Amino acid sequence: MLSIKNLSVSIKGKQILKGINFDVRPGEVHAIMGPNGSGKSTLASVLAGSAAFEVTEGQVLYMGQNLFDMRPEDRARAGIFLGFQYPIEIPGVSMANFMKTALKEVRNYRGLGALSSSDFMKLMREKISLVEIDSKLINRSVNEGFSGGEKKKNEIFQMAMLEPKLSILDETDSGLDIDALRIVANGVTKLKRPDNSFIVITHYQRLLNYIVPDYVHILYDGRIVKSAGKELAYELEEKGYDWIKNSNDDL
Amino acid sequence: MYIESDKVPVNEVLLNLIKNNTEVLKTSSSECVNLLRDKAQQSFTEQGIPTLKNENYKYTDLSLVFSKKYNFHFVPKKIDFNIRDMFRCDIPELDTHLIILLNGWYYTDNDPLTEYENGILMGSFARAAEKYPRIFEKYYGQCARYQDDGTVALNTALVQDGIFIYVPDGVVLERPVQVVNIVMDNEDCLVNHRNLIIAGKNSRLNVVICDHSLSSNQFLTNSVTEIFADENSVFDYTKVQNEHNGAAQISSTFINQKKNSNVSTNTISLHGGFIRNNIYALLSEPGCENNMYGLYLSDKFQHIDNNTFIDHASHDCTSNQKFKGVLDDMATGAFNGRIVVRKDAQHSKAYQANNNILLTDDAKINTKPQLEIYADDVKCSHGATVGQLDENSMFYLQSRGIGKKEARLMLMTAFANEIIKQINVEPLRERIDELVDKRLHGELSRCNSCAMHCN
Repeated sequence: MLSIKNLSVSIKGKQILKGINFDVRPGEVHAIMGPNGSGKSTLASVLAGSAAFEVTEGQVLYMGQNLFDMRPEDRARAGIFLGFQYPIEIPGVSMANFMKTALKEVRNYRGLGALSSSDFMKLMREKISLVEIDSKLINRSVNEGFSGGEKKKNEIFQMAMLEPKLSILDETDSGLDIDALRIVANGVTKLKRPDNSFIVITHYQRLLNYIVPDYVHILYDGRIVKSAGKELAYELEEKGYDWIKNSNDDL
Repeated sequence: MYIESDKVPVNEVLLNLIKNNTEVLKTSSSECVNLLRDKAQQSFTEQGIPTLKNENYKYTDLSLVFSKKYNFHFVPKKIDFNIRDMFRCDIPELDTHLIILLNGWYYTDNDPLTEYENGILMGSFARAAEKYPRIFEKYYGQCARYQDDGTVALNTALVQDGIFIYVPDGVVLERPVQVVNIVMDNEDCLVNHRNLIIAGKNSRLNVVICDHSLSSNQFLTNSVTEIFADENSVFDYTKVQNEHNGAAQISSTFINQKKNSNVSTNTISLHGGFIRNNIYALLSEPGCENNMYGLYLSDKFQHIDNNTFIDHASHDCTSNQKFKGVLDDMATGAFNGRIVVRKDAQHSKAYQANNNILLTDDAKINTKPQLEIYADDVKCSHGATVGQLDENSMFYLQSRGIGKKEARLMLMTAFANEIIKQINVEPLRERIDELVDKRLHGELSRCNSCAMHCN
């Protein structure tokens, strides 16, 4: 589904990603872990289409298409979803209107007609209970006045509504208490299907107890320095990031 | 009666207009109105139309609109069809008292002044001045300052008609008053109207005024409205400016508030080539609350200038100003918000904000907050922003599949919404929401039943 080849990305002249390679196939969960500044969020943003970054080298194929030829809205319509690390507040734009418009675009792209108002409300209610988000929040402006945890749950709610093929969750677990974490992870697990995939970017191993990865990649200084199965997460938890820094700085 | 302004200076032209028609002006008005007319004429002789040198008008060149040839109607224009059939500014589910002004004259087939059982008076300014001189002696000219602004002096010298609303003490006006203010002619016109609104003690009323132009000629409207809000009264005033881009408007609103009164004004400028709004509020007694909201959406070559002045002349009053604007193409605008907190106006709370979004490099806004605080135990703030639509918000919307164009519209609607939601009457708020939505989409903004196609 996703094929990243030799991807190098910079921002304002500073090189952040230095030759990333990895593939994601349908049904897989990939975890990306790494210390602060390693480039995790950059990778997520670039895949979603943020104009702040410059791709200096490499290519990314999504479902066989050149991802960088696609506008951010088209990537989303084609099934890529980014769960933001810091979801932004948009006062004045209601959650309902936001989701209705987004869903219309996504369905349109997939050759489906728009949902009727009642079907849309039904879908909203269904996903609200799936993700266990407070239904009051849906009547508010996007993320306005939401706590950190509520914002993260809102990302998962949006993911549930749009049914993406590839979900990239950027530190969805940061700022969550254990209960919120469980709810978020639960939501993700319920949405997991054989034909969709997840890239879970996280700082801590904790989330991976609930969202069990097929592959774990460690990102350090813009490069993937280690890739293995889920045991790698435990090893990292045990040994800490210094283990990674030491073994890589020596090279 | 023509105003020829090819070679003769504007002020002279206007003075001649007044002098040559003194007879018809005086005979069409009552004594109390004429008393002020001469003083205003004298004042206008001294001041003239404000120029760019006048600090209050430094961003708005009035000579651009005054230096044109205009017709002026000293008697109401004869209309040979029922204007109500042609134009119904209808808002579904909104039951209102409908008043129509045509070229500055109160328009009706019936009695120009309606007198309700509970004492409410509504209708023609001229007729009210004739029938209720004592009310006029008490209120007329008591808060509009012709001495400070040549346009107000001009209006006072040319005054003939407009609207008059009087709500006695203790009366609640249940249905909002909807004033449909139309300019229409087959020649370019200068229009003058003078309005007087009095809210008695403990009264409540809601007035909406929509400005429309129904023919494609050029118009210049110079209007003055005096509003008196007595103790504990609650008054909501919404103005929707929707004339075409060949129309110019100078609209001055003077508000005088007494103890514990609450006045909110909301000026929504959708269309109109050249708009200058002056809104002045005097909080003369303690406990007053004044809210001034404004929204201006402009494109092409529109120029919209909002000038406000809130005078905290007494203690424990609260004022709140929020004006927001979106400027596209080559539109220009200005905001000048002056707040004066006088020496003994302790515990005053005065807040002011002006937020602007410029969609092009050519759009321009001049924003000038002015706070003059002479008391020491007060809470005051002011802020002005000029920027573009937030990039991060745009990206967030795009990352959910929403295209750039639609995302921009959603953000602009959200921006405008903060002002629209201040409108208390729900059906009106919904209708204005609709108009603003159409405006932002670049569609012609007009109430559904307008038969004319103005642009």
